[in-house]
Amino acid sequence: MEQSWRQAKTAFAAIAVPPLVWLLLFFLVPLAVIWAYSFGENVGPVTIDLTGTFANYMRALEPLYLQIFWKSIIIAGLTTLLCLIIGFPVALAIAFASPRMKAWLLLLIMLPFWTNLLIRTFALIAVLRENGYINFTLEWLWNNASGLMTLLGLQPLGEFEPLTLLYNNFAVVVGLVYVHLPFMVLPLYSALDRMDRSLMEASLDLGAGHMRTILLVVVPLAAPGIASGVLITFIPALGAYLTPDLLGGTDSQMIANVIERQFKRANDWPFGAALSFLLMYLTFIAIAVQALVQRRGERRGT
Amino acid sequence: MTDAAPATPSNAPAPKAQPHVKDNAIIRFENITKRFGKVVAVDNVNLEIREGEFFALLGPSGCGKTTLLRMLAGFETPSEGRVLIDGKDVAPLPPNKRPVNMVFQSYAVFPHMKVADNVGYGLKMDGVDGGETKRRVEEALDLVKLGGFGDRMPDQLSGGQRQRVALARALVKRPRVLLLDEPLSALDAKLRDQMRSELTSLQEKVGITFIMVTHDQDEALAIATRCAVMNRGLLTQVATPSDLYEFPNSRFVADFVGSVNMFEGVLDKDEQDHAIVRAPELAAPVYLDHGVTGAKGSTVWVALRPEKIEMHKRAEGQAAMKMEDAPEGANVVPGIIRDIVYLGSETIFEVELDGGRRVKTFRSNLTRYDQEDFTWDEPVWLAWHACSPAVLLS
Repeated sequence: MEQSWRQAKTAFAAIAVPPLVWLLLFFLVPLAVIWAYSFGENVGPVTIDLTGTFANYMRALEPLYLQIFWKSIIIAGLTTLLCLIIGFPVALAIAFASPRMKAWLLLLIMLPFWTNLLIRTFALIAVLRENGYINFTLEWLWNNASGLMTLLGLQPLGEFEPLTLLYNNFAVVVGLVYVHLPFMVLPLYSALDRMDRSLMEASLDLGAGHMRTILLVVVPLAAPGIASGVLITFIPALGAYLTPDLLGGTDSQMIANVIERQFKRANDWPFGAALSFLLMYLTFIAIAVQALVQRRGERRGT
Repeated sequence: MTDAAPATPSNAPAPKAQPHVKDNAIIRFENITKRFGKVVAVDNVNLEIREGEFFALLGPSGCGKTTLLRMLAGFETPSEGRVLIDGKDVAPLPPNKRPVNMVFQSYAVFPHMKVADNVGYGLKMDGVDGGETKRRVEEALDLVKLGGFGDRMPDQLSGGQRQRVALARALVKRPRVLLLDEPLSALDAKLRDQMRSELTSLQEKVGITFIMVTHDQDEALAIATRCAVMNRGLLTQVATPSDLYEFPNSRFVADFVGSVNMFEGVLDKDEQDHAIVRAPELAAPVYLDHGVTGAKGSTVWVALRPEKIEMHKRAEGQAAMKMEDAPEGANVVPGIIRDIVYLGSETIFEVELDGGRRVKTFRSNLTRYDQEDFTWDEPVWLAWHACSPAVLLS
């Protein structure tokens, strides 16, 4: 059967050519144009001269921008780490749930995808803002505690000071973790679900408790799944634009916000292009690292 | 039928002494029932396993034998009843605290650890110090003939070697009982035969009680000192391999263990020293040299093993031959050879009786030239001794 479609070249071409043309026209060509721009200079409001200069890259590597790159990596890394810490037990629980529960839990994990990112982010603002649900709950608890203390004849607590949960780095990380958690849980789940249960039983049988079984057997065997989860969480988090824009404060700029400003307000396409490509090279490095981990996992026969 | 029938039926000989088997019950299942939802996997099982036995739990797939084993290991909790190891109820003990270790059907060798780390895993968990761990790991690997393989990764080993790693990993912890879940099912035929005898000698060497789960009756008969046959969650019979084969207590056991010709009949005569069963499919009455504990006129089944049926030439119109230990006309029936399967060491003949019923019989090929030269469509007598048929009441 495999031979027959290889021989039917016209049929194969009919299926393969349209998507290839699409990719070429709307992905590779625009990407090449942007790449060319990154070696250009602004000579007028809408004209760019492709001079082959490296000035844009030199500027992108200035401390100001390096700092923002670095900060984006830190925030994306922190987001990924938190997603891993929260997502691993969740994935483990789903993998060990009964088949019926499993379907429902997976649905719950994927449910946020059905809602627009903008709506989800504004919902988060409603939760985090100064008169939002978290502060509302805290205030209620505070006032009750205060009332209880008066009742017991103690000094009542002072006036409730709402926490500043919005428009700072904390809000950005919370938002990014919230948005990216499904990206972490799904690959982890698929790795844990595939795992031979008797390996865990063997570990228990040989005298290991549940924690040691997870650390010594489950985590090492799930390493390829963890690597792909980390990668597909880290990459979009690194290029996140909407979340830092809406939830972040003045000092919570991530690299995508800077790139956006170059293309729009600053109207400096060549510089924006150079920043974009630096971001993409960072992504490639992350993918290469993941591929390395994957290959090591495959060599171990998992 | 809740309890297992007595291990030795009335006419079975006394069991042989087994020097390495002690008298104490190392494992005891008391009224064990296990339900999965509405399905009863194990139904009120009572079973004692003595220290030093190589015990086999035998039965078709889904009979509950693996569930019983997993309850010993602690991976399943009984719905009712108690499991005792060394007289102590193990219900409160999680798997990692039980004095038993298991060899899994898939071996479950950790793929990310070297062979030595696999074998030493259990010792590390017990906090055994490095020096002793190293010594005991080497000892265990030598025991399973894998000396010098410690630095290999599991994917560099064959299936048989991986199984030895799993064995060493379990034995190195010196468990009170070693549990084996279908240990030979994943090996090819040649290796399986070799591992059978190795398992037996290994068990004698280490002196640990082994409990094996298997669906393969040959395997159970060849390895075990005692077997329990299970069917649909019930313990059907617990007996030594030879008793299981020669003195089955039910149609299920007779049919599951080995090959058998089964005839339904009516108990016609039941005396102290003999009994007669009349089966419609057999032209002659079945004469037995022992009494049967059943009501006269009740329905019974006669089980005849193929190798216990003699075959003789028959000329048309010839009077029936007489068996020396049965009255005239009993235990001899006429038939015609319909099928011959040559297996080298023996030949299987399928003989059609007068009523159309086909009966299987084996003949060992004792000489290189078969003097009698039985052939297709040849009329024969089938005859058996009065002590050969097993009479089954259920």
